[in-house]
Amino acid sequence: MKILVCISKAPDTTSKIAFTQDNSRFDENGVQYIVNPYDEWYALVRALEIKESSGAEVTIITVGTTSDEAIMRKALAIGADEAVRIDSEPNDAYFVATAIADYAKDKSFDLVLTGKETINFNGSQLGGMIAEALNAPYISIASKLDVSGNTLTLEREIAGGVEVVEVSLPSVVSCAKGMAEQRIPNMRGIMAARTKPLQVLAPNKTDQLTHYVAFASPSAKSGVKLIDPNNMDELVSLLHNEAKVI
Amino acid sequence: MKNIVYIQANGTLPKAAFEVVSYAHQLGGTVTVLATGSLNSDALSVLGSYGANEVIVNRAITGNDDQTIAAWLAQHIAGAHNLVFSHDFNGKAIAPRLSVKLKAGFISGAVALPEADGSIKVNVFSGKAFGYVKSNTAQRIISLLPNSVAPSMTGNACTVQEVNESMGDSRIKVLSVKKPEGTIPLPEAELVVSAGRGLKGPENWGMIEDLANALGAATACSRPVADIGWRPHHEHVGQTGVAIRPNLYIAVGISGAIQHLAGVNGSKVIVVINPDSEAPFFKAADYGVVGDAFEVVPKLVEAVKKFRANS
Repeated sequence: MKILVCISKAPDTTSKIAFTQDNSRFDENGVQYIVNPYDEWYALVRALEIKESSGAEVTIITVGTTSDEAIMRKALAIGADEAVRIDSEPNDAYFVATAIADYAKDKSFDLVLTGKETINFNGSQLGGMIAEALNAPYISIASKLDVSGNTLTLEREIAGGVEVVEVSLPSVVSCAKGMAEQRIPNMRGIMAARTKPLQVLAPNKTDQLTHYVAFASPSAKSGVKLIDPNNMDELVSLLHNEAKVI
Repeated sequence: MKNIVYIQANGTLPKAAFEVVSYAHQLGGTVTVLATGSLNSDALSVLGSYGANEVIVNRAITGNDDQTIAAWLAQHIAGAHNLVFSHDFNGKAIAPRLSVKLKAGFISGAVALPEADGSIKVNVFSGKAFGYVKSNTAQRIISLLPNSVAPSMTGNACTVQEVNESMGDSRIKVLSVKKPEGTIPLPEAELVVSAGRGLKGPENWGMIEDLANALGAATACSRPVADIGWRPHHEHVGQTGVAIRPNLYIAVGISGAIQHLAGVNGSKVIVVINPDSEAPFFKAADYGVVGDAFEVVPKLVEAVKKFRANS
């Protein structure tokens, strides 16, 4: 079985989010990068669990620049077998998805996994786009994934609940909390990752369908109004009359 | 200008359906709703009062299959300028497919109407910032974050046309559906009561549920509480859980780590109840109560009940 896991670079979850002076770009000063948590904790770790239980070859792919190789080595240290980097700035989901689909289309992957979204762009776009480009079924926001022969059984989010579904390989799945647990790479993994293959390819296509014109930080709260813990009637009255939320 | 909205219509219409129709109406021009599902035509005609000019409902598609729904939508959107979805499980699966199928720019997680330059404000960095995104194509797809735009009534009921256009079988087979009874889905909830490790144990959640019931709110929790199994994973709000934008978010015994704040700082009003006056959450709060949750919350439940009884 061949599994392709799409990973992306994201600022560490404790990062302060700031932008360059003209608000056109994310300010990378002092920012520590990690593998996007949904891609790592759920998609990659689940792929590795499948590899351990029934055998699989796990390839990670990212669209990014040389600076992304540190997070790719981390994914290899956790246990992926090989890595592919499409050498380009990942500025648009359509561009990234078509680059990945273009790479994957003649490699007969059984399963393509993504995180349900990135913590920096929150688009939830990639998985569905890859599925369409590969004409594959797409199971989005899956919290459970089991493989038996050529069949996948999954649990995925739907309106106000969870749907248990079955689908044949090959398929594309976006992964969410519940599917697996975070793993910390060990020293042997880190050493082995240094010599695992990391292939760099140029993108074949360059079409982008969207672009960011600017970024902005949310306006700060004006300050908290403290209420006496013995006077909850006052809190309720403020929520009704002042905040008008109840 | 021609706008198309997709909604799934099984059971009752969710608030998100009124939000997306209102949003499309405010974009200007005509609004056609393309719906799938079994909801009756009378109930669907109500969408007219939120700005829809017509509703076309396909009775042949009843499930959640993104591939057949996208294929059907693609046949009906010639000449449309904007295609609007809710940024929910459905929009997140169907809209990216359509973007590739139509080669139309997809702007996901919109929180406002377009700016003068045509860009649209979206949620990025898990609620820690906003971005302004422009589509490079004339036809664009927008998914609207729930609770971002208030639905507004503008007119009267509209016509509903029923069609039966089968797009073939879904390749995904549904084995079963698990739906917790009577609970409000978190992303749609207007009022949310949330609690964290400050509650000391899962047995103490009764008062949180009492408060949620008194308010008609959904319940949520912080990441550590979901990780140690005190509460189910789907209640976890924060950067790696669910991001929500309710009108009111009440946080009990949650210190307010940056990862938690990222998931909730789109809330219109935040109330923090915590014994530690130095808790970082107070900096992000509108109202704060410095006190022991086990004393404060029962008093708040009584105060809410009294208020509800008198109003």
